[in-house]
Amino acid sequence: MARLIFLSLLLVGAILFALTIGRYPLGIGDIAAFFQAMAGMRLMAPDRYQLLHNIIVEIRLPRILGAALVGAALASSGAAFQAVFRNPLVSPGILGVLGGASFGAALGILLFGTWALIQLSAFTMGLVAVGVGLLIANMFGQGSMIMLVLGGMISAALFTSALSIVKYTADPYEQLPAIVYWLMGSLGGLDMTQIRWAAIPIAGGLVVLALFGRALDALSMGDDEARALGVPAQQVRYGVIGAATLVSALSVSLAGMIGWVGLVVPHVVRLALGPGNARLLPASAFAGAIFLVAADCVSRSIMRSEIPIGILTELIGIPAFIIVLHRARQGWT
Amino acid sequence: MMTAVVASECLEARGVHFPRGSRIILNDITIRLRSGEIVALLGANGAGKSTLFRIMLGFLKPERGEVRLNDRPLSEFSRRTLAQRIAYVPQAHVAPFPYKVHDVVLLGRLAETGIFRAPQAADRRVVGEVLERLAITHLAARPYTEISGGERQLTLIARALAQGAGILVMDEPMTGLDYGYQVRLLQHLVDLAGSGRTILMSTHNPEHAVQAATRIAVLRDGSIVADGPPAQIITPSLIRALYGVAVSTSTNAEGRIMLLPTIVHAQDSIRLASKAAIFPRRPE
Repeated sequence: MARLIFLSLLLVGAILFALTIGRYPLGIGDIAAFFQAMAGMRLMAPDRYQLLHNIIVEIRLPRILGAALVGAALASSGAAFQAVFRNPLVSPGILGVLGGASFGAALGILLFGTWALIQLSAFTMGLVAVGVGLLIANMFGQGSMIMLVLGGMISAALFTSALSIVKYTADPYEQLPAIVYWLMGSLGGLDMTQIRWAAIPIAGGLVVLALFGRALDALSMGDDEARALGVPAQQVRYGVIGAATLVSALSVSLAGMIGWVGLVVPHVVRLALGPGNARLLPASAFAGAIFLVAADCVSRSIMRSEIPIGILTELIGIPAFIIVLHRARQGWT
Repeated sequence: MMTAVVASECLEARGVHFPRGSRIILNDITIRLRSGEIVALLGANGAGKSTLFRIMLGFLKPERGEVRLNDRPLSEFSRRTLAQRIAYVPQAHVAPFPYKVHDVVLLGRLAETGIFRAPQAADRRVVGEVLERLAITHLAARPYTEISGGERQLTLIARALAQGAGILVMDEPMTGLDYGYQVRLLQHLVDLAGSGRTILMSTHNPEHAVQAATRIAVLRDGSIVADGPPAQIITPSLIRALYGVAVSTSTNAEGRIMLLPTIVHAQDSIRLASKAAIFPRRPE
């Protein structure tokens, strides 16, 4: 518990620090002064207040909060999927949610072009892809673990090929670049309305995942053992898959494809705090949030133009993953 | 609380029939376990031991027949109440994540706390007691993935004891253990039965069965072909029929039956002449 409180304080610190990063120079004192003025505890010149409001609340805060939400969702759902599939090398895309969401986003760009509808389309298709994967798994294998993996693979492949069709038919000057940029992941397009909409279901999903933590410990030892310990294995599995799919689909619809967070962050947290899921899932959420807030700071400050965050997490994630692989060489057992 | 005599339980399979495709895995199995018994289930690979276990634990439903716990059908119990009565000890395996031994044993308390409640001090106390009882307290903080096979088996037994269940179903608990662990484990099983627990275990080794079991059941081609006290069941002719080798039996000072395999040495020329008679072809 003390560790979780520490991580949450660290997250608040990371968010405050991230607010100071950007083209217009702001110190931590300016941020503090602004929030005091906002709360009515301090007077500030109206034009100065307006300027700071613009920079902090309109521009920086949405993307920072977005980074925190997306990072938390990806890391926590990744950790949950790793327990469900008894494999530390599983990422949130295992059941096809990312493939489905990319197709949905591309389709949204092709058909609607408005941001809200693109996000809705990405979210819906993410859920549909997982649904297709589960359907395939249940048609042939009574939902056994290996059939879930195969069902997810088939579903992801299906939606990836559908994405290729959409790319092929898209207008190469306007729509295709938009699709490609979306696939690289970006937090730049977020505003407070989207954050408000997504925050409640993501937070709810994260709480549900954390509540299933102990049951996941039992489930990760095998279905029969979980049952013998009094855990309804199938219900827990579907409850966790449902919550993890919800939060990962929402995160993809907010920020596009951001890889490696869901794979690497749970690993690092597991090495630091141990594998017990009741602690691992909430701790991964905080660590993922901190990681993505930090990565976003790098992405918008290292070069004059912004580096797509998905590329950055890949660049950081791959070497981290190689180190992690060295520590955990357990395959499908 | 762990030394207290647990509630007396009776688990029985009645006329259990289980086919898979056209093959009959279990054919009209009836077996009854009473409090304080150690029942060893002998049988070759593929005889249906695992399937019978999965049915008796309620993981599989038989096509015909039923399993009853204290004269009520297993299906009337919730998963959680069942876990408080019957514990399953799988073969020692490697877990995908390096949980600490203490935390693996603590999972045994899930049946008591339910899946959404955190374990309390009392649950941790139970874990401490069962670790002590099995003399593995020193392993508590070690990762389950890094201890030996014998230590893992004891950890899984500790987890079953932490469940507080009166019936323990053990799937080949001796497999892969060195001699010292085998003897220690047999002693633990006898002690557990002495405190009123009922044990059903499968084994490949009839010597383990005669050393610990109060009753031996023999499963062959999906049917129980013999069921009774070791002295009546384990005969040279049964061993020959099951495993195709010759043994002699004797009784030790405590009245327990002992098995001695007949090994022919080359310099023993008189025996050599009759080697063909001692090693008949394994019956199909």
